[in-house]
Parts: sequence; structure tokens; C-alpha cells
Amino acid sequence: MCSLNKPTIDADHLRGQIRDNSVRIIDVRRAEDYKKDHIPKSVNLPLAELLADDSPEKVLKIAQNLGIDDQTPVVVYDDTFGALASRVAWTLQYLGHSDVSLLDTTYSQWKSLGLEVDNTEITSSSKTHSVKLQPEIMATADYLEKAKENKNVIVIDNRERLNYLEQHIPRAINIPYRTLASEDKILKSKDDLKRLLKNRNIQENAEIITYCGSVGTLSGLAYYALKSADYPNVKLYVRSFKEWKGLNKPIVKQENANYWDLSAE
Amino acid sequence: MSTITKQSKEGRKPKVNWARIEEADNFANTVKQFRQGKLEHDSFRRFRLQHGAYGTRMTDDYAMVRVKLPAGEVYPHQLERLATLSEQYSIGSAHVSTRQNMQLHWVILEDVSEIMRSLAEVGLTSREACGNAIRNVMCSPLAGVCHAEEFDVTPYAIATAKFFLRNPLNQSLPRKFKFNFTCCEKHGMARMVDVGLIPQIKTINGQECRGFKVFLGGGLGNKSFVGHQLEDWTPEEDLLYTSIATIRIFDRLGDRKHMERNRMRYLVNEMGWEQFKNLILKERTLVHMTQSAVVKLAVDQIPQKLESHVRISGFDGKSIPDGFSRWRKGNTFAQKQSGYYSVSITLEAGDITASQLRAIADISREFSAEGYARTGFVQDIYLRYVSESDLARLYSRLLEVGLANPGSLTMVHPIGCSGTTSCNLALTNSHRLAKEIQRKFIELKLDEDDDLREASIKISGCPNSCGQHEIATLGFFGGGSRVGKDMYPVYQMSLGGRSDGDTMLGVNLMRLPAKRVIPATLKLIEVFKANKKQEDFKDWIHKVVTGHADSTVKSIDDIKKILLPFTEAPPIEKDKDFYADYGSDSSYHTRTGKGECAA
Repeated sequence: MCSLNKPTIDADHLRGQIRDNSVRIIDVRRAEDYKKDHIPKSVNLPLAELLADDSPEKVLKIAQNLGIDDQTPVVVYDDTFGALASRVAWTLQYLGHSDVSLLDTTYSQWKSLGLEVDNTEITSSSKTHSVKLQPEIMATADYLEKAKENKNVIVIDNRERLNYLEQHIPRAINIPYRTLASEDKILKSKDDLKRLLKNRNIQENAEIITYCGSVGTLSGLAYYALKSADYPNVKLYVRSFKEWKGLNKPIVKQENANYWDLSAE
Repeated sequence: MSTITKQSKEGRKPKVNWARIEEADNFANTVKQFRQGKLEHDSFRRFRLQHGAYGTRMTDDYAMVRVKLPAGEVYPHQLERLATLSEQYSIGSAHVSTRQNMQLHWVILEDVSEIMRSLAEVGLTSREACGNAIRNVMCSPLAGVCHAEEFDVTPYAIATAKFFLRNPLNQSLPRKFKFNFTCCEKHGMARMVDVGLIPQIKTINGQECRGFKVFLGGGLGNKSFVGHQLEDWTPEEDLLYTSIATIRIFDRLGDRKHMERNRMRYLVNEMGWEQFKNLILKERTLVHMTQSAVVKLAVDQIPQKLESHVRISGFDGKSIPDGFSRWRKGNTFAQKQSGYYSVSITLEAGDITASQLRAIADISREFSAEGYARTGFVQDIYLRYVSESDLARLYSRLLEVGLANPGSLTMVHPIGCSGTTSCNLALTNSHRLAKEIQRKFIELKLDEDDDLREASIKISGCPNSCGQHEIATLGFFGGGSRVGKDMYPVYQMSLGGRSDGDTMLGVNLMRLPAKRVIPATLKLIEVFKANKKQEDFKDWIHKVVTGHADSTVKSIDDIKKILLPFTEAPPIEKDKDFYADYGSDSSYHTRTGKGECAA
């Protein structure tokens, strides 16, 4: 099972683990950013590299090359409010790696706290990882289309409000990704998230499917937000709205209002 | 560029905390009860409005949260919080209203309590921003800096807002109730509101005493009235007693049955001013006598702390960006404090993005010696106490964030209510029309035309005047018209409205198709240019509507004749666009829901 004990880890804990050499840290920023500086002992896996081919076979290869075996604790970070890190973390989890967490701040915040950075590139010796795919955390378009009619299923669209109003999957509700963060952490506190979700009448026993615009980053962050608020049954519709539209699946919109014209963009 | 040596990073903190955090929990619980069917729709709606959450066009799922900014004052960290809230719970933009509020639209009803909680952390509230209560207490954004004012009314506005917020007197009025403090005759709208106040000093026995000209019973709406002056001069000690007396009379005699005509102005109109005035004066005496203790407004008279920013080096004159003098002419105002300027930041129909809000927060820390911003009366934002030597640098900063549109204080900056972008009552997209006019007129450089400076354009999406069309030189309100079965959006145009010392409501001219409003307006300007003598556009229109014009074109009927060709509707096959409203590519049809002003 993929019940994560700790969807996020804070800077103090991570620094302890760096000292103990007991963790594999993945920096998912672009290679040139990583080369400039990064959290000590972290390895680089730009999200684009993963997205180029995120088939289990390829992901397995990537994980093994990064020196991750079944037991290696993994921490992922980015500088994009946690969304890119979430997508990488979720992918490892889907492969069957259970011990993966997100750093609870962005790299900029890490730096602004004055914590140590480094520019040494780490080369890791390849390890062997097994494959135990976790289909219960992934939703496909066909699965979602059927499941959304089920009363116990809640579909959450994590795009911005205007995009949601303009078009969304029928019966989806909207929690924009910006709602999930606090001022200085990629996710709000557990209590704040629970209150927000309870206000929206999202029950812990519901099956929840998250999606966003195209590649499952924003909704990946939502996946971890729900996990951190103790929602056990969450799936990521990883191909998200881009695929849904491409497949000509049904779409609904908020009718009879010119909401776009209220925006100053 | 220079470096600032003296600037607190945090920024100035507000003097008043308007919030009560427990109201957030209460709101969340009440929403739950409502969704569970334990609370009637009507009682819930009253509760929701009392807490500042307004309904949204064609849906029960969304609300608009109206954040009150008493006297328009908003501090840097509050602007930053509003920015974040707009991204988290709204559309990534906020909206500055004509009553100095900031609104977050398209908020999911279940999220409203989260916004309230977050606002409370920065001392802001939406309490009594809607519903049958005393709405945001307005104050001229130039109060304290205006040359013509007799004294700064800001502390009185803040004290009035403090006294009435959550006051039991104010929890169940027959209808909404509005205060407006202004600096002088020119810069306010004291006669177009339930209680309007203009500061006035009177010398009594050689001593200068502060007081007010108090106007009662004015207001804009489906039927508008100009307010009446209560007495020659109302001493400052009587400000609170007069306010209480007026609210008590309205509470007692206001019509609770006919929501569509129960603002206080209708009461004044039905009763007659003389009788109403006597009632108020008697009631005021009664209030004086029956107060168990002397009630006084807590007017904070501590002088404003100014923190001028010392710069190491000046602005390099060569790098002043293009358009600076044009912007300076149309957007700045020399204060009575020498060397200081007030700057009006033009928005488009009041809309502002989250990143622009953050920029204004930074800019007010850096450029305003008073360290905060004020919302204005025309969907704009003021920065005051800007050193003259900083204006060019400020312009270049505003330019970077897309906030340097020229002509803020001129006719090219129209008001548009939210219209069909979010309002249940709207018939047309008045919001977008205001933006279209602004873009077109800036392109034509009409802001540089001194003849057009004092005039105004105001647009409402229905007859209800939220866009204040009746006090505009050129006013428009939306409706629908048809050719056979094909509908198209139209605007009723009115001329000559104003809210200054010569306040009058605009005179109806004609109905114009929405897509002809801009060309017809340009034509009218052309006619004015051909007919004008010494007067500017506003004065010429005033002469025309009051029958005092001596030009060739001299009456409403003359203008009507000239603009008549613009009313022609082409066949739909020839001009499909004519039949669609701004912001829409499909055929126009009117669709409205229930309004909530009267809830």
C-alpha cells in the first residue's frame, strides 16, 4: 500500500538526514539552475526529462540511475511551489516506491532561510529497484468518466478559477492550486487544510480524483495536500484536462456570465 | 536608480482593527446549516449579506466578498493579503468599487469563511458591506491634502465607521444606508447619498469651530434624488447625534414592505423635506437628552506621521520614460502640503491583478510618506504624499506593472459597474464597455484635451445606478432592444449629471445600441468642438441641458437629431456583431436573476 506516513518533510529534518547520509534528495529544477547551486547532496532530475517518457520502464531506469533502491528514503523539491516536485514524487510512488516526501518549502525559501547550498554535482552509483505499480493512486480518462457518476467520488479541478469557469469536467469542483499553500510553505498546515476541505463537504471516506491543465503538476500538489490532511483514497488523473479535451469527453462551463471581463489580466 | 536609505520593510500598520475572527467560524457553520437545509433561504441570505457576501450571476454556488475599507485606507500588508486571497479564492484579480471597497468575485460560498479568517489576520472585515446596514463609510481620497478643504475629515469618517460597525442600531435597517465624507464641494458627492458631509469652519466669538454641512436623503438608484442640507452649520459635537437621529428616524419610519423603494430618500420624498427635517431635529434633541452618558465619537486627532524617504541619488533625468508628462498632467494632484503630490492610479473599470496589488503595496511603502494607499470614488487607487521629485520614478515603476494608464482624472477614465461579468441584475456588459471606451480614448489621446478633463463617463448595466450614470456628464445604463425576434444590447444615454456644488441628475437623451456608444460619443465631442466658445465640454453640456446654450446646437433635441443615425439597426445578416454584447460572440439575450440590494 501507498499510505504515506509523511507527505512532507521540513528543512530541519532534511538537514539531519543529509548529515546522516540517509536520504536521496531530488532537485527537479532545470539542469542549469541545479548546476548553479542546490541543496547539498541532491541529484538533478528535471521534470521535463521525466515527462518526456514517464512509462514505468523508463521511470524505473531513472530511479535506479539516481541510486534509489526499494528502501531509499527520497525527498523531492522544486522552486515552483511544490507542483513539479509533487509530480515526480507521485511518479515514484506509482512505481511502487513508498518512502518519498516533498520538502515543505521551495528552494528559494530554503535559500532565504540562509540554509546551506552547494554546487557539487553528485554522481550516484546505480541501484536496483523493483516494480510494484500502484494503480489505486492513478486515474485514467476512462476510469474517471465512469467513476465521476459515483456519489462517493469527488473530482477536484486544481486550475485557476477562470479556467475552471470556462470549462471543466462535469461534476468536478474547483480548488485552485494557490489555495493549498500557506505564506511560507508549499502546503497549508494540516488543520487549515482539513478545515478548508470540511467546509467544502469533502469527507475522508470519499474517493478523490484530482486533475489540472495538462501534466498533473498542480493536481499532483493537491494529491499531496489531501494526503497530508489524512485523506486515504486519492487518485491523480495524471494526463488531466488536456487529454480529456483531446478525447472529446464531455465538458461543462459556467453559462451566462462574462467573468473573463472582470479580470485585469 | 537611487537607493532608499530609510524605509521600514514591514510598512506602516493600520490604526484600527476592523475584524472579529469569530465571525469566520460563525459564517462557516451557518453555510453548513444552510446546505443541510436547516436554514431558510431568506434568512441565510440576510445573514450572508450582513457579513459582506453578495450573490453572483445565475448561480447559488458563488459569492462576491466585499471587503470594507473605511475612508478607503488600505495598508501595504493588507494589499498583499488581498492579492493572495484573489489568487486563492477568486479570479486572480480584485475589483475596486465606487464605494472604496475591494471586491473578490466568483468566490465559492463555502470558501467565504476562509477569506474572512484571513482578512481578520490583517485587520479587515466584510461585515455590513452588503445588506440592510450602514455600508462602508466613504471619505474623499483627497481629504487632508485638498487645497479647498477647511479641515481633514478622515478622522471623523473613521470614527463614524467605528461607532456604527456591529452597532445594534445598524443590524436591521429597512434598507442599506450610506455615509459619504468629502473634502470640499468639488471632490465628493455629498448630495448623492443618505448622509453627506462637507467640512466647514465657523467663527464663533472669534473662535474657529469645526462643523459640517450635512446633506440628507440623496442617492442614486432606480429613482434618484439630490440630498437636502439639514441646517446652515452642524457643529462637530452634533455629528454623532445627527447621525444617530437620522438612523433612528429611518429605522422607525422606513418602508419595510416595499423593498424596491425604501431607501431613505423615498421617505424624505414622500414626507416632504420640511417635515422630515423637523423630525430629525426633534429626534436629535431627544437623542441628546436620553443618552445616559455623553456619547462622543472617538476622533483620532493625532497628526499623521510622515516618513519621507531619503535617497542617496536623484533620478537620472535622461531615463524618464516616454509619456511621463502626459501621465503627470492627467493623474497627479498637487497637495496643499507643498512639495507633495497625490497620484491617482487608473485601473480599467476598477480591476486589478494580484501582482499589481503587490506592486502597489511595495510602491506605497517606497513612495508614500504616509505609507499606505487609499481607494478613490471612481474605481481608482490613490497614493498620497509622494514627493514631487519622485514622480518620474514612480511613473516608471507603475509603467513596469501596467498601472501607468494616463488620464485618471479625466473623461477617458470611465466607471463601469460589474454588469454581466457577475451581477444578477445586469442586462449588459457595462464593465467591458467602460474598458473599451478607456482603451479607445487613450489611443485617441483624449486625456490630453483640456476641454474634456472635467467631464465624466459612467456606465451601469441596468437602471439601478451602481455605475452612477446619473451624475455623469455622459451617463449610460444598459437594456435590450429588438428587431423582429433578434435582440441587441442598448444603452440609455443621459447628459449633464454632476455631483459637485451644482449637483443635478443627468437628463435622458436617447437609447443607443451598445456597439454605437463609442462612435456616438466621439460624434458628440466633435459637435461640441464645432459649437464651443469659452466653455469646456462639461460646461457646454450643462448649458445645453439647462437651456442656456447660445451655440447653433443648443438643446437636447438638437443633439438627438445629430445622433439619430447611430440608432439604426442593420439587418442581422449584414452585421452580426451589432447583435452581440461586448465580450460575447453569440447573439444577445437578456437574462436576469433576483437582485439582492433589497434583501
